[in-house]
Amino acid sequence: MTTAVDEDPGRPAIELAGVHKDYLSHGETVQAVRRLDLSIAQGEFFSLLGPSGCGKTTTMRMIAGFEEPTGGTVFLDGRDVTRVSPNKRDVNMVFQSYALFPHLNAYQNVAFGLERRKVDKAEIRRRCGEIMEIVSLTGMEKRAPREMSGGQQQRVALARALVNRPRALLLDEPLGALDLKLRQQMQVELKRIQREVGITFVYVTHDQGEALTMSDRIAVMDAGRIDQLGSPREIYERPATRFVAGFIGTSNLLDGTVESITGDVARLSYGEGERVLVPVSGTMKTGDDLEVSVRPEKIDLSQQPPDGDGTSVLTGVVTEVVYHGTSTNYTVKTSAGPDLVVFDQNAFSAEDLAGPGDRVYLSWSPQHSYPIGV
Amino acid sequence: MLAPYLLILPGGLWLLLFFVIPMVTMLSLSLQQGDIVSGYVFTGHWQTYVDAVVNYRTQLVRSLIYGAVTTVILIVLAFPVSYWIAFYGGRRKPTYLFLLLLPFFVSFVLRTISWRYILTDEGMLLGPLKSAGLLPDGFNILGTPVAVIGGLVYNFLPFMVLPIYVALERIDPRVVEAARDLYADPATAFRKVILPLALPGVFAGVLMTFVPASSDYVNSAVLGSSSTTMIGQVIQSQYLTSSNYPTASALSFTLMAVLLVGVFAYARALGTEDVMKVAAR
Repeated sequence: MTTAVDEDPGRPAIELAGVHKDYLSHGETVQAVRRLDLSIAQGEFFSLLGPSGCGKTTTMRMIAGFEEPTGGTVFLDGRDVTRVSPNKRDVNMVFQSYALFPHLNAYQNVAFGLERRKVDKAEIRRRCGEIMEIVSLTGMEKRAPREMSGGQQQRVALARALVNRPRALLLDEPLGALDLKLRQQMQVELKRIQREVGITFVYVTHDQGEALTMSDRIAVMDAGRIDQLGSPREIYERPATRFVAGFIGTSNLLDGTVESITGDVARLSYGEGERVLVPVSGTMKTGDDLEVSVRPEKIDLSQQPPDGDGTSVLTGVVTEVVYHGTSTNYTVKTSAGPDLVVFDQNAFSAEDLAGPGDRVYLSWSPQHSYPIGV
Repeated sequence: MLAPYLLILPGGLWLLLFFVIPMVTMLSLSLQQGDIVSGYVFTGHWQTYVDAVVNYRTQLVRSLIYGAVTTVILIVLAFPVSYWIAFYGGRRKPTYLFLLLLPFFVSFVLRTISWRYILTDEGMLLGPLKSAGLLPDGFNILGTPVAVIGGLVYNFLPFMVLPIYVALERIDPRVVEAARDLYADPATAFRKVILPLALPGVFAGVLMTFVPASSDYVNSAVLGSSSTTMIGQVIQSQYLTSSNYPTASALSFTLMAVLLVGVFAYARALGTEDVMKVAAR
């Protein structure tokens, strides 16, 4: 049984050291996960985010014990569990399709883990009742999984794992099968439950919105590697790679050469009266080629040229206007080259700022230009 | 509006013609008296049933025992085979199933007769073993219950394998993983998750093998002897050799009644309604 006695708050709940996973597929070796180093703190809400096939699920399954790493070590709570079978690991998993036991009712599903651990009957009843209340399933005990809605099955899957008070809960795209409304509701609820039980959550998802809303930290994975690891804000505001910039939200990417540096602002020039201002970072110097990311909601769109020369300015022609309710999205073909997307909040403007074919000025302040990989 | 009724019309007619009418005819026959030359007359003489059961109770009981033993052996043989194909067959599952069914493309009787050649006293199996001194000269299999039950097991194997396979194949591997994740070792995961979910398949397999195996008459006729005579053989000879239609019909009905009672008791004991609900999910 898990006790809080030997808990060392400084020790990571989960640690992966040089973990590697190769598959043999049609006679060829596929590297699903490549030399991954990762440390997840006690009580953290940690997300593994990436497109399908990026290795996030394989990583989680190695933590759960369903896949054995080709190389490297998995530590749970400081203990090497690389070769330990899943039933002997103090982590529990919430499966994508819930994987409830179809021949057992909701209560029996929840009690399954405690029964295997030979917990006292009265204690099982007490803890199952408690956890089913936390996930709002009281009164559903006798229902069979097939008699429950997707959201309710989801809660059973969650309760079935949480009732064991594992060191970490592993969630594999747990909200993927729910409709949008329910998914948003469950996001809030999952976060509440996590705060309530104080267990480390490792959350695998391809939905960047979900990861940004819920996580303390996110690891963005691509092709078996972690591209960036950081808080949601860091990942969104300062994408480390072109992949992260493109995968998280909508990103505008601009290529340019540093023409001059004034104080802590580098200036990239394009056409007549056009410029992109970037905060100087690292070893940036005149003549460097930069890749700059600008988020669509940071850009101001206007039919008049902006005042002063303290902002980035690009000109272009509107090609598309899409109304989204809370915001309006403009696509602008810039003279500098790429199409830029601009989100305009509909808080102040009752009408569109411009229509297709209009010549417009795009401007944003220097701190919203983020140079990638510098 | 009438479409559903029209759709069951051909099947309904078929059942009426080849099931209901023969059954009623047989029931009536079993209560008639007379002989093949002067003809049979309906007299409601139910004493035929009593006499038939008293005279042939040995064969009746033997058939049920052979059927039961066959069914148990089939479960033991079929479960591992189905399990392996369902969980480890991978992309070759259809191939393995086809290989399993391949012998059954040959006629039932022909296959049973070929077993006769294999099992005969100086045949390809016992001959070499005897000349090597591994078996005594008088040893024989043919004509014993072992040969008959062996033949039954062989002939009904697919009817046990297929339903169990279907039940196992439908088990989501994630559900088994979930059990392992929730502290069940492989044996417990099998006992608590795989076995209960496979039960509807075993149930279907038992129905599909116990009933026909108990009433089979080919295996005992070809592989057995007078000491292994099964009720099916008695019915056949009463009909075709003795032309004693009332006794043959009475035995057929008795066998049917015994099997029906057995099946319902079995369903009740296993709580099949629950099991069937799971299967229908």
